Amino acid sequence: MTGNVNPRRPLWAIRGSLERRAHWLIAMSGLLSALLAWWWVSAGGAIDPVFLPTPPLVLDSAWAWLRDGDLLGDVAISVYRVVAGFLLSAVLALPLGVLVGTYAPVKALFEPLTDFIRYMPAAAFIPLVMLWVGIDEGAKIAIIFIGTFFQMLLMIAEDVRRVPMEQIEAAQTMGADRDEIVMRVIMPSAKPAILDTLRVTMGWAWTYLVVAELVAANSGLGFAVLKAQRFLQTDKIFAGIILIGLFGLATDQCFRWAHRRSFPWLYRR
Amino acid sequence: MTNPIIQIRQLQKRFAANGADIVALQDADLDLASGEFVTLVGASGCGKSTLLRIVGGLEPASGGSVNVDGLPIAGPGIDRAMVFQHYSLYPWLSVTENIKFCRQLKVHRDVSTLSDVESAEGRADALIRLMGLSHVADAYPNQLSGGMQQRVAIARALMARPRILLMDEPFGALDAQTREVMHDLILHVSILEKTTVLFVTHDVEEAIYLAHRVVLMAPRPGRIAAVHTVPLPDHRDQDMKQTPDFIALKKQILAGIRDTSGMQTDYELLERLGQVPAP
Repeated sequence: MTGNVNPRRPLWAIRGSLERRAHWLIAMSGLLSALLAWWWVSAGGAIDPVFLPTPPLVLDSAWAWLRDGDLLGDVAISVYRVVAGFLLSAVLALPLGVLVGTYAPVKALFEPLTDFIRYMPAAAFIPLVMLWVGIDEGAKIAIIFIGTFFQMLLMIAEDVRRVPMEQIEAAQTMGADRDEIVMRVIMPSAKPAILDTLRVTMGWAWTYLVVAELVAANSGLGFAVLKAQRFLQTDKIFAGIILIGLFGLATDQCFRWAHRRSFPWLYRR
Repeated sequence: MTNPIIQIRQLQKRFAANGADIVALQDADLDLASGEFVTLVGASGCGKSTLLRIVGGLEPASGGSVNVDGLPIAGPGIDRAMVFQHYSLYPWLSVTENIKFCRQLKVHRDVSTLSDVESAEGRADALIRLMGLSHVADAYPNQLSGGMQQRVAIARALMARPRILLMDEPFGALDAQTREVMHDLILHVSILEKTTVLFVTHDVEEAIYLAHRVVLMAPRPGRIAAVHTVPLPDHRDQDMKQTPDFIALKKQILAGIRDTSGMQTDYELLERLGQVPAP
C-alpha cells in the first residue's frame, strides 16, 4: 500500500468530531425521522387520533389557538412567569453562590440546608405556596423559584469552587486583597461556568412552568395544556408541549450565543 | 552569610492525616543571599514544595521562622512573587493584560503618579520583548503553547519588581527542548533583574544548571539533607552540562535522592524470581 492520506475525518473515531455539514445533516435527519415516525404511526389509522393526533392536526390546532384563542397572550404570560421566577432565583443565587463557593463559614451555614431543601419536590409546595403567597402571579413565580433556586445556588457554588487555586494564589503573591481576589479573579474566572449553569437552570424553569400553572391559573401555555387535557384535546396538548419545547430550545440557543459573545477567549484556538 | 535576604530557621510543618501526625518539614535552616539562585530537589514527600509555599506566605508554618530582610513574613507579599507549574494565568485576559494584572491592584495603584504609570507601561513592554512575547501580545493564554504560557507567567510575576521569585516546578510540564530555552531565559532574567530565586524541581540536571547552590531534601520526615555549591561560573551555557564537575555533582545528588527515597528495589526478590523456570 502506498502512503495514502485520507483527507476525510473518520466518522467513528472515538471522541471524533464531524465536519459542520455532516453534523447538520445527521442532526436534521434525527429530528426529521422523529417527525416522520410520528406522522407514519399516527396517520396509519391504527391509533385513534385522541391518543395520537397527526402532525397536521396539531398544526391546525396551533393555528386555531392563534386565530381564535389567546396563544400570544398565553405565551406572553408564561414567558413572564418563567423569566420572573428565573431572574428572582438568579439574583439571589448569584451572590450567595459566590459566597458559599468562596468562604467556608457561609458554605457550612447554607450548603447542608440547601442540599436538604432541594430534594423536596417543588410540586408538593403548591398547597403551602397557595396558603402563604395566595393564588395570583406571585404563587406561580414562587413555584418556579422553589424549583430552580436551590439547584442553582449549589451549582454556582461549585462553579466558583472550580476556579484553579493557582489563579487565586498567583493574585495573592501579586498583592491582591480578599475583595480584589473575589472581584478580579474568582468572578471573571467562574463567569463562563456560571452562565452555563444559568442556561441549564433556565431549562428547569421551563419544565416547572406546567407545575406552576397548576395553581389556579387561567392563562399560560401550561394552563392551556392542562385545560386541553380536561376536554381530551390531544392535538392541543401536543401543540402546547411542542411550543414549550421550542421556547426552551430558543432560550437555550440565546444563552449559547451570549456565551460565545461574552467569552471570545474560550472559543479561540 | 552576611545580611541574607531570606533567613529560614528551624522551620517546621506538621499536619494530621488519617490520625497520624505527618512531619512534612522538620527543622529546616537555610539562608539565601541577595541575587542568589537556589534550587530545591528531593524525592517526593521531602517537603520542597511545602518549604517554598511557606516562604511565599501561602501556607502557615507549624514552627520556626522565615525572615525576609530581617522581618518575619506575614502571609503573601509583593516582595515575593510566585510562578506555578500551570493553571495560574488568567484565560480571560490577553498576554499583555495578564502581565499588567498587578497594575489593577490597590497596592500598586497607591503610588501612581503620571511618571509611575509611564514607567509601568515601559516595564510591561520591556518584559514582553525580553520574554519573546511581542508577536503574541494580544493573544489569549489558551492560544499559546505551554512554554509560551510559562513565559507570560514569569513576566507577570516580574512586573511588580519582586525582590524574590519563588518557582514551583515551573518547567515541569514542558518538553526537554523548550525547557533548555527556558533555562537560559530565566538565568538571563534573574541576573538582569538581580532577583533572588528559590526554585523547586524534580530534575537534577535542571537544578544544577540553574543554581548557585542545590539544596537536597529528604522525606520522612521532610528535611534538608545536604547543600551543594555548584562549581560553575555565573554565566552558564549548555556545554557545561558535559563537564566532569557537572557530571560528578549530578551523580552525587542523584545518589543522595536514591538513598533517601525509601524506595529500594528488592534485588533478592528479583533474583529469586529469575530462578523460576519459564513455563
